[in-house]
Amino acid sequence: MSIGSESIIDSIKSRFDSSIYESDSFRDESTLFVKKDSFLQFCRSLKQDFKFTYLIDITAVDYLDIRVPRYEMVYLFHRFGHDYDENIRIRIKVELEDSDITIDSITPIWSGANWLEREVLDMFGIEFRGHPDPRRILMPEDYKPHPLRKDFDVRNRQPSKESFEKELKEGFE
Amino acid sequence: MAVNMNSNLGGDGFLTTTINNVANWGRKNSLWPMPFGTACCAIEMMGVFASRYDLSRFGAEAVRFSPRQADLMIVSGTITYKLASVCRRIYDQMPNPKWVIAMGSCTCGGGPFDSYAVVQGIDEFLPVDVYVGGCPPRPEALIDAVIKIQKKIEIEGAPIV
Repeated sequence: MSIGSESIIDSIKSRFDSSIYESDSFRDESTLFVKKDSFLQFCRSLKQDFKFTYLIDITAVDYLDIRVPRYEMVYLFHRFGHDYDENIRIRIKVELEDSDITIDSITPIWSGANWLEREVLDMFGIEFRGHPDPRRILMPEDYKPHPLRKDFDVRNRQPSKESFEKELKEGFE
Repeated sequence: MAVNMNSNLGGDGFLTTTINNVANWGRKNSLWPMPFGTACCAIEMMGVFASRYDLSRFGAEAVRFSPRQADLMIVSGTITYKLASVCRRIYDQMPNPKWVIAMGSCTCGGGPFDSYAVVQGIDEFLPVDVYVGGCPPRPEALIDAVIKIQKKIEIEGAPIV
């Protein structure tokens, strides 16, 4: 039995009618905008009821001076199926209000989200509520700025230098 | 160095020289490299050690992954500030006398990575002896760098500790 991507996405939309406030489709890529309060509940259902078992990627976008709210989380999920057209990829976007740039961690649902969420924390400074190990993953742990924010100068090596000199002085633990 | 021709001293068959000369001759012909490969330059460095370019022709094939047994550090690949302290620590563990080759554009001056994380030239924290440009440099260029190190040892030498 073939399910088809459209019917799956339509049933997600009807199930979470109040949580999804916008949806978009471009060249067979579906994007759903989900409200932040019901995001965790939505994700749990996405995995258990709709079998999106595979987390592809987590990232974020900084829309400084372009759009309000400034930050937007982007999640990509995949669903495996027996037939070719049962393999569905879906993109979930969550907008974060400027007053509260935190979101629920989905690490309890997809354990692969652990390091991806740490990367977003490192690069954008978005905090994940309920994350088991909320440390920076790429930059040194005493590093202060968030390099992928649009108001950070990518050529600013001063914070990196300071961490390096501190590391040299103190040595390894 | 001079060959003895004096028959009173036994004639031909032995050399007169200084301890420094002998030590430096030994050092330059048996460099033990410590590879610090972090990126694509390291692949080219492996090519230099392998059979086609064969760095053992110049006595530098005993690659040791322990800094305690090496006297030539070949830094090949992009060095970030987070890695720089590790690189420096490995250099500090090498016994004297020691030399450093900066292989590739990234180690010489940051290469294309003019960014917040990448060191713009490893001479910010290491005393580099020979710079090899290129992205990555040809194996011949690295061989040339090793020969330049050999010449440097021959001319400048290093004190016997």
